[in-house]
Amino acid sequence: MIEVLNAGVALLVVGLALWTVVVRDTFAAAIGFVAYGLLLTLVWVQLRGIDVALTEAAIGGGLTGFLLIRAAARLRHTEAAARTERPRAALRLAAALVSCLLSAAIALAVLALPDPAPSLAPQVAASIAATGVGNPITAVLLAFRATDTLLEAIVLLFALIGVWSLAPDRAWGGRPGPRYSADPDGMFAYLARVLPPIGIVVGAYIFWIGADLPGGKFQGATLLAAMWLLTVMAGLADAPPVSRRWLRVALVAGPVVFIAIGALGVATAGAFLAYPEAVAKSLIIVIELALLPSLAVTLALLVAGAPQREEG
Amino acid sequence: MDAATLFGLAAAALVGLGTYGVIVNPQPLRKILAFNVVGSGVFVLFGAIARRGAVLGYDRDPVPQALLITGIVVAFAATALAVNLLLRLHEEAGSATLASDEPSSGKAAAERDER
Repeated sequence: MIEVLNAGVALLVVGLALWTVVVRDTFAAAIGFVAYGLLLTLVWVQLRGIDVALTEAAIGGGLTGFLLIRAAARLRHTEAAARTERPRAALRLAAALVSCLLSAAIALAVLALPDPAPSLAPQVAASIAATGVGNPITAVLLAFRATDTLLEAIVLLFALIGVWSLAPDRAWGGRPGPRYSADPDGMFAYLARVLPPIGIVVGAYIFWIGADLPGGKFQGATLLAAMWLLTVMAGLADAPPVSRRWLRVALVAGPVVFIAIGALGVATAGAFLAYPEAVAKSLIIVIELALLPSLAVTLALLVAGAPQREEG
Repeated sequence: MDAATLFGLAAAALVGLGTYGVIVNPQPLRKILAFNVVGSGVFVLFGAIARRGAVLGYDRDPVPQALLITGIVVAFAATALAVNLLLRLHEEAGSATLASDEPSSGKAAAERDER
């Protein structure tokens, strides 16, 4: 039974990817991509990756989908002109051939994967007790491969600097996005009032439970960012000017704490980002607590985009 | 067929479909979309490999899965930057095309900048 369901999900995912690639209307493609992202979460559940499923739903489907839908809506009037640029049949045929070859090569590699598969799970099992956390994903993200997570937080900051640097001169350091307004008695404004308290509690829960069960700071931070974006888009709050000092502090606080604790490891445990075993779990929690608000603000501002309005 | 092989094969199809889209779709936004399809295909492939690494009471290898979470977040950051670059191009040039500009439209944009 589960095999039939799996095959159905696989077919739907590939079908939606096909739709996203070939459908004429870009807006329809972006909507298709969101559905595709949500269906992928089922694939992740079947691959036993609940943490990845949460991340995919929140970031891959949610935030990325929102960005793409908004961009598609804004660029809609350029659609007709772009259709005349459709490449010649020969190029399309060549592209189809290359893509089929690529797919075939990967499929062959999948069928020829070594058995038994190489795995780092035994090493994780041997060392997880030293970290004090129960969720092996969190142990990998914040202890065994903490460098990756640190660099990732910094990549997010760099992406945000890149986005901000696209601001026109007159809006430099100003507020991102338009000033949204919605009917204050409408359904959207109502939802923007009712949902955030629930979303904030769920976000904090997903963050806190991440130490022992699927969840964690990225998924929690995304929910917090989404709640903030909701209130901004309903016109209940305005995005702050990006030159505000508190905003800059909130953005860098997480990575700074992460680096400081990492540097402390050089003195106390002999390596950058090494934790003394007795306080490993406390240090991991401190890093996560510091990263959560930074990640939430960074993700929200990445979606909000480049400054467009003067400060004031 | 087990889930890892099935979704591994689906991932192969996703990478191929996305690659086709990146090459043939002229609109930059469609290229970004298709590139995200390639990316998710690679993620699913890696996830299938993680599933096969199930040993010692773990139902999957947690190390690749943790890297996947990092990968999804970084892919989002890159997409956000790409989309904002595109919106800025549209704001500056009034169109969203990668076709080489005629000299006149480039000059018009430069004049608008000066003002």
